Order: sequence, then C-alpha cells, then structure tokens
Amino acid sequence: MAKLYPAKPEKVYFFGTCLIDMFYPDAGMAGIRLLEREGIEVIYPQGQTCCGQPAYTSGYHDQSRQVAEAQLDLFPGDWPIVVPSGSCGGMMREHYPQLFAGTARAEQAQAVAERIWELTDFLLHVCQIRLQDLGEPMRVTLHTSCSARREMRVADAGPALLQQLDNVELVEPERATECCGFGGTFAVRHEQVSAAMVSDKVQALSATGAMAFATTDCGCLMNIDGHARKEQQPLSGEHIASFLWRRTHPAAEDSR
Amino acid sequence: MSSQEAVRHFHPRARDALNNPRIRQNFRRAMDGLMQKRATALQDHDTEALRDLGAAIRQRALSQLPDLLEQLEANCTRNGIQVHWAQDGDQACQIITDICQQQGARSVIKGKSMVSEEMELNHHLAEVGITALESDLGEYIVQLAEETPSHIIMPAIHKNTEEISELLHDKTGTQRSQDVDYLTASARAQMRQAFQRADVGLSGANFAIAETGTLCLVENEGNGRMSTTVPPCHIAVTGIEKVVQHLADVPPLLSLLTRSATGQHITTYLNMITGPRKAEEQDGPQAVHLVLVDNGRSDIYQDDQLLDTLRCIRCGACMNHCPVYTRVGGHTYGTTYPGPIGKILMPHLLGLEDTRDLPSASSLCGACGEVCPVRIPIPELLVRLRREAVDGDSSRPSVVRGHGVKRHWTEVGVWRAWAWLNSHPRCYRAALRLVMALRFLSPRRLGGWTRYRKAPRPAARSLHQHLLQRNRSSS
Ligand code: SF4
Repeated sequence: MAKLYPAKPEKVYFFGTCLIDMFYPDAGMAGIRLLEREGIEVIYPQGQTCCGQPAYTSGYHDQSRQVAEAQLDLFPGDWPIVVPSGSCGGMMREHYPQLFAGTARAEQAQAVAERIWELTDFLLHVCQIRLQDLGEPMRVTLHTSCSARREMRVADAGPALLQQLDNVELVEPERATECCGFGGTFAVRHEQVSAAMVSDKVQALSATGAMAFATTDCGCLMNIDGHARKEQQPLSGEHIASFLWRRTHPAAEDSR
Repeated sequence: MSSQEAVRHFHPRARDALNNPRIRQNFRRAMDGLMQKRATALQDHDTEALRDLGAAIRQRALSQLPDLLEQLEANCTRNGIQVHWAQDGDQACQIITDICQQQGARSVIKGKSMVSEEMELNHHLAEVGITALESDLGEYIVQLAEETPSHIIMPAIHKNTEEISELLHDKTGTQRSQDVDYLTASARAQMRQAFQRADVGLSGANFAIAETGTLCLVENEGNGRMSTTVPPCHIAVTGIEKVVQHLADVPPLLSLLTRSATGQHITTYLNMITGPRKAEEQDGPQAVHLVLVDNGRSDIYQDDQLLDTLRCIRCGACMNHCPVYTRVGGHTYGTTYPGPIGKILMPHLLGLEDTRDLPSASSLCGACGEVCPVRIPIPELLVRLRREAVDGDSSRPSVVRGHGVKRHWTEVGVWRAWAWLNSHPRCYRAALRLVMALRFLSPRRLGGWTRYRKAPRPAARSLHQHLLQRNRSSS
C-alpha cells in the first residue's frame, strides 16, 4: 500500500533518542535546525528519555513498557513526532501498539505510533526539502539502518537527500542492504559474530573509496565508526542530519 | 554428549566457524549466489502480492488444522495410503521401524526429508540393523562425511568442490576431480544399484493436500521419484503442519517455494503421490504409508502468535539472507534446522533450556522476515522467544518449555534500575549531567564492545541541555 504523506505541518514534536542525547547531540540539533529551516516549529519535550527499545529487544517487556509509558504523555498535541532514528522510530511506530495491547494505554499508544515519522523520510516527503550544497566536492557513502530500511521502509530517503547535494558524489557500497552487526545487546551477547559483521561493513564502505559515510541511525554509527577507529581505518562517519546541515548551512562550522 | 546438550554450545562453535576461512568463504559465496538467484527469479511476479497469497493460504490451512488433518487422513485412506500418527520423533521412528520390519526390510533408500533428520531416523534404523542410504546428492555427501546437514535445502553447502572430491575419493574410490558433472555422475552410479536393492523408499513431503489425499514432493535430482516408485514400499514422513486445504493451493506455494529456495521457476521434478500401484499399473510401490509427526508442533499451535512459525514451507530463504548464518554456517546452531527458522522453531522442539542462545543470536536486522515467502514475522518471534527466555512480561505468561531459563537476578536488577531512571525524567537528566561532567573518565573498556570498537565518548552537553539553553537565551 502506498504511504500517504500529510501536508507540511506548522509544528512537530522531536524525539531525540537517548543515544543522540548522550553521544551525538549535534545530530539532534542538526535535525531540529533542518526542520526549523523548513519553517516548522519544533517542540522538544524535556521529559523525554528513551523509547524503551533496549529492554524490549532483550525480552524485558515489563521494563520496556514502563519506560515507553513515560514517553506517551509527552506529545499531547496532534502534531507529527519526528525521530532521527529508524530504530527508535520503528520501536515507537511498530511495537508500541503491541506492547500496550490490552492495557489502559492501548489507544494512546496506537495514536502516538501513528504520528511517528523518521527524520529523513519526513524531510524528503513531507517537507519536500530542497537542499543547496555549500560544501567542497567530496565522495560519501551511506549506511541505511536495517530498521530504517525494513521497519520504517524509508530507505529511499537517505540517498534522495544526499543526491540533492551538487558537490557530493554518493557511492553505494557492496551489499548495501546487509546489517552492520549492531543489533543493540546483540553486539555484546554475540560479540564475535557482531564483530565479523561490522568488520565486513567497514571493509565494504571503505572499498567505495569514500572516506566518509553517513547513516540514519546512531547505533550503526557508534558501531561502524567505533570499529573503523579501533582498526585505525581512515573511514569516519556521522549522522545524516549532521552531514546535511553542515553541507547546507553557511555558518555551520561555527554553530557545531 | 547427547545431541540436546550439543545444541547448547553455540558460542564456541560460532568462534570456530568465524575463524575458519574455508567455512566463511563457502557460505558467503553460496549465499551471495542464492540471494541473487532469488531476486532474479521473482522478477516475473508481483512478489509482495504472491507472498500475501502464500501467507494467506498457509494461514487458512493452519486455522483449520485439526479438520484438515482428519480430511487428509480420510482421503489418503480412501486412496490406499496408510496413515500413521506420531506424537514425537521416537514414536515416528518406531512406526517406521515396524513397517520396515513387517516388510522384512534390510535397506531403506531415502529421498530428502528434514523431519527424518529431526527424529534422527537413520540412527534408529541402524540400531535395528536396517541401513538407510541418502539418495539426495547433498544428503549423500553429508552421510558419507558422517555429518549433519548445514542447510535445509542444500545440506552439503558447507563443502566446496575440492572437499567433496576428496571425500568421494576417500569413501568410494572416485577419482579426484574438480568437474562437478563427473562427481555427480559417479555418485549417481553408486546410487542406481542401491535403488534397485532397496526394500523401502522413504521420503518427506512438501505439501499434503487434504481435499484430494495427495502428497507433493518437490525435487531436482529424480532421486525423490526413484525413492517413491522403485522400492515395493514407500513411506512418506512429514510434520502435521504441512497440510494444505485445496489442490489449487499448491501452485502459488510451489511458485514461492522454488523461487525463494533456489531461484528456479520450477524444479525438475514435482511428484504428486495419490496412492500405491493400482491393479492395472506396471510400476509404483505396492504399499504407501504416511507418517504424520507432531513432535511439539501442536504445542506451538496453541499460541496465536507462535502459530505463525508453522506457516513455514522450508524454502531456506531466511538462512540464505541471514547475515549471521552466512558468517557462522549451519553447523554452529547445532540443530536440525539452522538459521532464522531454526531459531524460532527449535526452542519448541527442544525446549528453551537447550536452545537458550539461539533467540539472541540475531541482530534483528529483519532480512529473514523480508524474504520469507509466507511472511512469517521472524524478528517478532525472536523477540517473543527472548521474552519467554527471561519471563519478561508479567502481564503475559510464558508458555514455551524451559521458559525463564535466561532470567538472572543481576540482569533483572540492571533492567529495573534502567527502567526506573528512564521513567523519572528529572533523575535521568541529572544522571546525564553527571555523565557529561565526568566524560573524560568514561570507561575506555566495555567488555565485548571495546574489544572490537573504540568506545564513544559522551558529549560535553546533552541534547536536553542544548535545547534548554537555547530556550532560555531566546526567552
Ligand atoms: S521461515 Fe520462511 S523463509 Fe525461512 S524456511 Fe520457512 S518459509 Fe522459508
């Protein structure tokens, strides 16, 4: 079924995700600024913490529900909720309804789920953003997270946005759709399998000849970038929002 | 070590496989090829519509499983197929052994059957002095090597041509060769005689059609046809979930099965068996038996969500597309069914105690669910089994045998503390400020994470702080 996109709203909520909060706030700020530049007022509820996914995928659904429940009241208005992560977005959109099914919060969880948007998808299809590249010519590659691709089904958005940048040559890595091996606690519970996966991913991204990669999720970023640094590979990554903002904002270098 | 115990050692086997370049290369190459073939083969169809149809057919069959099984039994019986029911693998082995002994059988020739692997039939037959010879080329190789299948469709996929040549040379005196056709012809010659000598032919069944009492067997080598027609007695063994309602249900499932499995539009053989040789017929077995095996399946059937597991048509696409399977290979799982389908099915067959590390052995990337021809939501079922393994939802009781096996108080404590912090935003923000203030003290080593990656350093200011400050300065 084709997805229906609403008209560009006046306001949106921004759910920043706990990884961005602690490790990559620049990516969150970049996402917010990109939205604001499109004339949208961004509401960032200070009460937000985590979507509850780490406990959910580990099987601890009581704890996941407790954390998820604490997020449900943060979005009282009828505005879209934009999430700069396919993974957390996927949790909220795809799994909240099931997590709260049969509870007093079921209806509210369903309503929240229906308002969840992944950032790149929202920028491309709802804002219909037009990006003007101000940066030097460069080659970049992209890793789309599995949840952005298969849960949120927004894999078209990242490449489409990057292709709007005139001076950026986007190169696709071999086995682009393959997982980078992050998988949350999987990386710790099955560390060797995860390591084999991320090592292959770093190799594939590097083989494109690009020194930089962008990604739609900070989990993948932490994984791929962390492995590249450990192996002292020249490859380095950033969240796609940071990259887009940096390339299209005149004073971006100062405001980082 | 019993086979059950062997299942438990996922981690050391994964490590061995990861460190074995030949295993890595054999699987990577084969899986890359299979993924490519599937993608190409499905170009002639609206894949998503066909998957919808496949899922609906299997769902419809499962929704009336008890009735369809009764209907199948009645129609098979009418056709002259003798139907037997087995509660578990041992009982199924006993039934088959009894039939063989009534026939005075000394040797059994086998077409491919994963259910027979599941119940370790060859082993049981050997114990009563009956030899079973695998006639599917891959199974034959695995049997010669005294191994188990590493893939449900391509049992010997873990071996390259050189290894197979070496094995055939050692065990059968075949000349060493890199020529696949030569090796195949040599194996075929060995099998010819076995087909003629065999007292019983044994096969699986891909679909059992309730309304007609027909067994469908999909294959490429002709060994299935030989196994089911040359010996005087044919025994088909399959799981109770393989039943479909109508003859018309088969073509779409077949389209999905062959395209998903090997990227073929159609296999070389499709056998439809609707009874033993009739009086006026020249060939075919005098007796046909169908052994329907439960072995934990009706337990799965009781649960609305887990039920989806039984839709499986055993195409193997989920393993072909699995980044974990591709790297560790089939033997690492230690189970009859490896890969994603193994991870969601084996806990029911063996209990979670023995399969405790399987549900977590996935990054939940979703590649399996994306290709499954009958839309089994494999990642969701993995999460469900993880929940069962830790008894993680007090409002939804666990039902799988061995549930709670992974629940440890330390881990429970960690998640409780995490949940408390993340449901008290003020405390969360205070904790975040503390982490940021001490960011240069943040641990450089975090177990498995930093063995392969540099740890990320917390930012100087959180996103919360950035926005709080921005709001203050603008107001
Ligand atoms: S789970 Fe789906 S993809 Fe895997 S073997 Fe079964 S039908 Fe095929």
